[in-house]
Amino acid sequence: MATNQFIEKIKNQEIDIVEHTEKLIEESKEINKEYNYLNIISEELALQQADSLKKLIKNKDKSIKNKKLLGIAVSVKDSICVKDVESTAGSRILQGYKPLFDAFAVQRVKEEGGIIIGKTCQDEFGFGGFSVNVGIGCKVPLNPFDKERSCGGSSGGAAGLSQKLDGHIALGESTGGSIVEPASFCGVYGLCPTYGRVSRYGLIDFANSLDKIGPMGKNIEDAALLIGVISGHDAKDSTSLNVKNENYESYLKKPVKGMKIGIIKEAFGSGVEREVEKNVYNGIEELEEEGAKAEEISLELPIKYGIATYYMIATSEASTNLAKLCGMRYGMAEKLEGSFNEYFTKVRSNNFGDEVKRRIIIGTFARMAGYRDAFYLKAMKVRTLMINEYKKAFKKFDALVSPTTSILAPKFSDIGNLTPLQHYMIDLMTVSPNVCGLPHLNVPVGFEKNLPIGMLLTADHLQEGKLIKLGSAVEKGK
Amino acid sequence: MQVDRKLLEHVAEVARIKLTEEEVNKFLPQLKEALEFFSKLKEVNTEGVKPSFQPVELKNAMREDKEKECLSQEDALSLTEHKKDGYFKGPRAV
Repeated sequence: MATNQFIEKIKNQEIDIVEHTEKLIEESKEINKEYNYLNIISEELALQQADSLKKLIKNKDKSIKNKKLLGIAVSVKDSICVKDVESTAGSRILQGYKPLFDAFAVQRVKEEGGIIIGKTCQDEFGFGGFSVNVGIGCKVPLNPFDKERSCGGSSGGAAGLSQKLDGHIALGESTGGSIVEPASFCGVYGLCPTYGRVSRYGLIDFANSLDKIGPMGKNIEDAALLIGVISGHDAKDSTSLNVKNENYESYLKKPVKGMKIGIIKEAFGSGVEREVEKNVYNGIEELEEEGAKAEEISLELPIKYGIATYYMIATSEASTNLAKLCGMRYGMAEKLEGSFNEYFTKVRSNNFGDEVKRRIIIGTFARMAGYRDAFYLKAMKVRTLMINEYKKAFKKFDALVSPTTSILAPKFSDIGNLTPLQHYMIDLMTVSPNVCGLPHLNVPVGFEKNLPIGMLLTADHLQEGKLIKLGSAVEKGK
Repeated sequence: MQVDRKLLEHVAEVARIKLTEEEVNKFLPQLKEALEFFSKLKEVNTEGVKPSFQPVELKNAMREDKEKECLSQEDALSLTEHKKDGYFKGPRAV
């Protein structure tokens, strides 16, 4: 059932909101037993929300009329704070942390009548592309199409649950590709908005200049609906953009005739699995059949230097952000023993996972006197050049296209053999739009060996509407 | 650039992380490989290029200088067991 039809049925009480919520919670529990998508199922909160909404619906309260997510189940990536629900960003160092407030995006979902069903699992603090770097004590989510394979990451739980649980939309978060990459491996839509479009208030930081909250869902309509709800200026986030909000749903099913698509030359060919390439070209063809014009473009700098630039910025920012986690005011604490330094070191060493330690060390190194100019500052300058290259491309094109990942969802047994650097390379296609704060969308374009393949569309700052238009045209063609 | 055991242990100490012998042996070659790869940024000519600390242009965002409601002391202290007389209690300073 389409989401807007469902909301109508909830409003006119054809579907009972409480019974429906109970049903989805039960389904989530069943799915979770098999696939590990949720760190926490927030049953109590969900039923409370459903109960109070039911009263309003029964009383035909005026406030119900315009609620855009009435009765829709929304899961929240663990790094996004939900009041009174344990929010750990998948890390043991935040075990037991129940935020005293809602993140801006979560608050907006609640205001619009969305039901929060739980916290989805992720790589610890978002540090990974396969959701295998989950924190100590967390479970690894399994691909909905093949349990021996990864969901992708870091929003792996969000992507898997979006594929498996109907009638649900997910709030994901991306720093270097963590929305579109798992969306690609799980065959769902993932929309990472322009940096600053959605407030980061209440997001457990990974990298301040890169983090973006965005929607993931089984169809483009749901992604368009949710991005409309969570966008908007928020005084509590100093990097929130003060721009007019758009009606993203108005871009759905609109003609794409005459739109110009740039096929990123360097993103095809060597290193890209043939099945992936074939299906992405099919997606491009579908757009052409709808009247879009596609042409090749070279984007050398972002493909060649994107990974290095991204990891320098991301680890530098992460190493400062994570300095606050030391067992003092919230989260994991240990017995107060020794000096400040000894205590902090003990808490951090015992509770951070391997990848977190690695990234903190790389980031601390990149910011140290003597190395700062060569690594951290250099990356910030290359970022400027990358933005310039994209801006030039967007003078000619409405959107750029590449595969979202160069491979099909990998097997856990293969991931285990990768070095950290090989692991980082999975983000090849996705890091550059993230470094440059550009909105990007994963569009499922086909299946090979029963595994989904995704096409990545990237647009200029604040042009999410174009992505929705194009994504909707591909969906229509199916 | 010499990435050796001494440097790794120093950086870890600065970051308040104590590495076990096993971690040092595991991380050292991994960090070498990663940092070598990241060093390729030096190939890019960035002379005269300004750094982008944010990906979009942002102006300083200031709020009005007005008193507003904020987290109560009780709430702020509610998430830890380490507290005393309305304050956070930390480990000894020296």
